[in-house]
Amino acid sequence: MVEDRGSRMLSLEGLVKRYKTGDRALNGIDLEVPKGQVMALIGPSGAGKSTLIRCINRLVEPTSGRVFLEEEDLTRLGQGALRLARRRMGMIFQEFALVERLTVMENVLSGRLGYVGFWSSYFRRFPQDAIDEAFRLLERVGLDQMVDKRADELSGGQRQRVGIARALIQDPAMLLVDEPTASLDPKTSRQIMRLICELCEERGLAAIINIHDVALAQMFVQRVVGLRLGEIVYDGPPDELTAAVLTEIYGEEDWSATIRKVTDEEEVADDADDDETSHAAPEPDREHMAGIT
Amino acid sequence: MSASHTTAPRRWKRPPLIKNPRLRWALGLGAAIYLAVAVGTLEINWSRIYEGLDRGLVFVIAFTEPDFVQRWDDIRDGLAESLTMALTSTVIGILLSVPIGLGAARNIAPLPVYLVCRAIVAISRSFQEVIIAIFFVAMFGFGPLAGMITLSFATIGFLAKLLAEDIEDINASQAEAVRATGARWLQWINYGIQPQVMPRLIGLSLYRLDINFRESAVVGIVGAGGIGATLNTAFDRYDFDIAAAIIIIIIAIVMIAEYSSGLIRARLQ
Repeated sequence: MVEDRGSRMLSLEGLVKRYKTGDRALNGIDLEVPKGQVMALIGPSGAGKSTLIRCINRLVEPTSGRVFLEEEDLTRLGQGALRLARRRMGMIFQEFALVERLTVMENVLSGRLGYVGFWSSYFRRFPQDAIDEAFRLLERVGLDQMVDKRADELSGGQRQRVGIARALIQDPAMLLVDEPTASLDPKTSRQIMRLICELCEERGLAAIINIHDVALAQMFVQRVVGLRLGEIVYDGPPDELTAAVLTEIYGEEDWSATIRKVTDEEEVADDADDDETSHAAPEPDREHMAGIT
Repeated sequence: MSASHTTAPRRWKRPPLIKNPRLRWALGLGAAIYLAVAVGTLEINWSRIYEGLDRGLVFVIAFTEPDFVQRWDDIRDGLAESLTMALTSTVIGILLSVPIGLGAARNIAPLPVYLVCRAIVAISRSFQEVIIAIFFVAMFGFGPLAGMITLSFATIGFLAKLLAEDIEDINASQAEAVRATGARWLQWINYGIQPQVMPRLIGLSLYRLDINFRESAVVGIVGAGGIGATLNTAFDRYDFDIAAAIIIIIIAIVMIAEYSSGLIRARLQ
């Protein structure tokens, strides 16, 4: 798809992950993500989506195959070099994965751990530019009034915003996003997806977003990759996801509702979100849809 | 619903713990017979008990008039020694328990480290304090040094084990998120693990402090110094009023420790 090697952000070559139990989670994945591209990874539970993004920053060790971040082969890095490479990949999690007993600020600053020494981080004495950046990011995600709240005092949407700020303060080249909206309500889900995509655009970041909600993915991303049983079965633009393609990815089901609702929703999407009163009408549709996808 | 159905209502009973009825009755009967036989083999000397009641009464009466004054200097020194012993051994115990506890948590330690740390915990837990105290008294001589080392060692078995188990129960995704930022190992412990286990570690440490104070009275009896030594002397001399005074003081201190550590633990979380 992308011929120019210089513009690639990430490329996976023959990536295989076999767990000790013998399950093959990934079965030789080849994938290239160009710089600045926001890509959705869809597929049924157990298809290997989480494993795939964790093999990229080696939270899960791939069994074989190679992972290139720009020109650097991540699979060959030692522990020290791997830490430095991880700084360039911000990760956003399902259920937020904030350290709940730390404050919002500490959670955000924890994104800078790869840049500071142990004692500075132990005494929470981060460099002033990191603190300035943390305040800027919290302001950008709308949480600058919550700096000293503990993470477990926040609502789901607020927590995910902190998670986003934590990933961005790493000054990453790309984002690995694992089910960012899985535990959020439909409206907040959209806001979070929009925020992630806007920030990627502002900063020119590439992103891989694992997501269950096909319709939501279609609304925001430039490319969709479908994963099934550890293999890529679809790779193309979001509007070419037909019933046949969804059946290929997820198995037999009546997809007409999902596909039709997508086109319906795109028309109302822009005015529906910022207006509290209007969400009564599209809401049932979205919930209905979430049940199907 | 009832009118249209002609079949008898289906009965339901909770399934018994042991399915086989014969086995169930045999086990019950066996336990009853064993209990009866076991009670039968106890040799109870009723006349000895009757004689002992008088002495017991003297002891109980002593509690109504405890003597805090006569040996106050000894009591005060013993208390100071015990409290010092309890505090120092708790601090030393915590300092040793934290690294051992980290090593004994399977989810963060590599297997060889895990096995070594678990072995240390197991050794510490397999001996009662009094037995360890006898060993250390033989090694270091009578006095509070032996007591302090005993209690430090016993603290490891308690604190490192419970800390390790708490670490094994942490929310893994919080720790994973910190690792994904490119944090070093120590930073990962400090940001990803420590906040999750800190309230429990503080609670356990306070709890251990009052256990160590109580135990300091016990290990004193085998010569490891502290209020236990004073108490033992009082018993040897049949000074029950002094012994009563000491016991009342121990109870009071343990109650204060219990109450205040409860307050502190409630404020954590």
